[in-house]
Amino acid sequence: MPDFAAPSIEGSSNRRARIRDRMLARLHSRQETMAKCRKLIGYGYLCCLLAFIYVPILIMIAMGFNESSDYELPFRFSLIWYQQLAGNEVLWRAGRNSVILAVASTIVATIVGTMAALAMSRYRVRGHAILQILLLPPMAVPWLILATSMLIFFYHSGIGRGLHAMLLAHVALSLPYVIVVVGARFQSFAADLEEASATLGANPWQTFVRVTLPMIAPGVAAAALFAFAISFDQFVTSYFLAPPGVTTLPVEIYASIRKGFTPEINAISTIIMVVSMLLLGFVSRFYRFGGSK
Amino acid sequence: MSTVDIQQVTKTYGEVYALDQVSLTFADREFFGLLGPSGSGKTTLLRSIAGFVTPTMGQILVDGADVSRIPTYKRDVGMVFQNYALFPHMTVFENIAYPLSVRKTKSAEIKSRVERILDLVQLGGYGSRRPRELSGGQQQRVALARALVSRPRVLLLDEPLGALDRNLRQHMQIELRQIQREVGITTILVTHDQEEALTLSDRIAIFRQGKVVQVGRPDDVYENPRDAFSAEFFGSTNFLKGVSLGVQGGIGAVELPDGTRIFTNRALPHSGSSVTLTVRPEKVLIHREQQPAGTSGSQWNILPANVIQPVYMGASVTYQVSTPPSTFSVFQQNRETRRFEAGEAVKISWLPQHTVVLDD
Repeated sequence: MPDFAAPSIEGSSNRRARIRDRMLARLHSRQETMAKCRKLIGYGYLCCLLAFIYVPILIMIAMGFNESSDYELPFRFSLIWYQQLAGNEVLWRAGRNSVILAVASTIVATIVGTMAALAMSRYRVRGHAILQILLLPPMAVPWLILATSMLIFFYHSGIGRGLHAMLLAHVALSLPYVIVVVGARFQSFAADLEEASATLGANPWQTFVRVTLPMIAPGVAAAALFAFAISFDQFVTSYFLAPPGVTTLPVEIYASIRKGFTPEINAISTIIMVVSMLLLGFVSRFYRFGGSK
Repeated sequence: MSTVDIQQVTKTYGEVYALDQVSLTFADREFFGLLGPSGSGKTTLLRSIAGFVTPTMGQILVDGADVSRIPTYKRDVGMVFQNYALFPHMTVFENIAYPLSVRKTKSAEIKSRVERILDLVQLGGYGSRRPRELSGGQQQRVALARALVSRPRVLLLDEPLGALDRNLRQHMQIELRQIQREVGITTILVTHDQEEALTLSDRIAIFRQGKVVQVGRPDDVYENPRDAFSAEFFGSTNFLKGVSLGVQGGIGAVELPDGTRIFTNRALPHSGSSVTLTVRPEKVLIHREQQPAGTSGSQWNILPANVIQPVYMGASVTYQVSTPPSTFSVFQQNRETRRFEAGEAVKISWLPQHTVVLDD
């Protein structure tokens, strides 16, 4: 009997090992399917999200190339709305105002904001903490309320309405963003680069131009983009502060929507979008160019 | 060719004295180490010399002229920062050329000088790399080359090797010393690493709470610490407290609370006053015989002891032993054939010249 017992134990242990292997394999394949499932759900969710954002935009772009003025299908390709847009004096003037305002307020807000960020992060400014806190409310308070208070203030202080008032308002609105964005960049690189520059014989101006500026350049570029977007997008303050006869693009688009509109609006929107995308692409390339990762 | 003279420099932040009437003289071509725990003022002094900190009182003279109130960029000092502070947006060449180009040096001269110094720090051919493409040791050399290329009067080193791993650090210590000798520049090093200070410095100063505790050659400070702080900061040590019995025939005796007498051939305060003694662990012998091997035992301080704990460290063994007056740490080269076990009764002994008398 002992002669038989030994192989049978061996056999059963063999079988047990085989069963264990098979179970492990099954478990493994189940884990793999589950991982696949999870991946699939993730992708599905991502696709929904992207569709939610991009489908309206794509339809908007497509309808700008559709011949029907009432957005009727079937789609027939045509450039008629772009041709009409080219002849739309009012929209062009509004567009020019928008660009002038955006460029001017971007330049002013970026320079002033960068200087403020420099002061607040590199020098001991009296009331530093309070200034830092005071930056936040303008970003939190609704633009409608800011615009209202600006309108009242400008009216009573004699600044009045017009492009100059709009410029002031746009600068004021974008300044906190510029300071925060550039300030973050100042925090991210150590002050000892500037100290090193000083020990190497560079005067403060040389240090600023050759060390500080290249280091904060990505932040400044991002801040400028912010400022541009805030101004170019700005509807509420522009609407309040624009005197009759002066409009900006958002104000004019709003006005024409109320009047009843044609796909010209799609055309101008498409143009604005393409320009913004190009700008964003340019800045993001610059970001990689100037900064450490 | 420069000396730096620190005269009565004090720096206060509110009520806190970061530097308290510090006076030091750094000789021409000297390698001087400032040593101390963090917050002891050594870094504040270095930053005062660089010009990042303006002293509340006192003067900093470089070659006899007071620089304590002129801005950093006019001071002509080179500095290597703890994290090197290389400009990430410039190549190695541009980094090293920077001090020359801000001084409006001609580009041909910049090129030849940068190349020469790159060779000196053994980085020839690395000019077009970016700092982030270099290893820590290479970055350290670029920082050193950049600090030296404009031939400043003083070189300041702020824990320059702290970020390197141990092997590289030892290698760079030797290299740093060689380069410093070759260039012949007055160098001031801040470190909290006593080994680094020992290896590199001609002289050191030990800082504590904004004051200089002791100045001297590293071996002198190590062998003759002035007070308990110096003794403990610079290597490990054993302390004994007792009462002076005065000096007779060149040998002083101190009685410990338990009645043990410790001999020293150093100056003692007058009989009856309390004193603190210190003995370095490596000066102490540990043995089973009555006297240390090969001696008559006269002149030696010999105490009975019990081994508490041997700590085996490969090349050496450190014994914690208990003696009637106190616990001792004894350092022994791992040369003996037999080591002592915990609980073993032994003798420890040392020569009177190794009993250091401290200021209280």
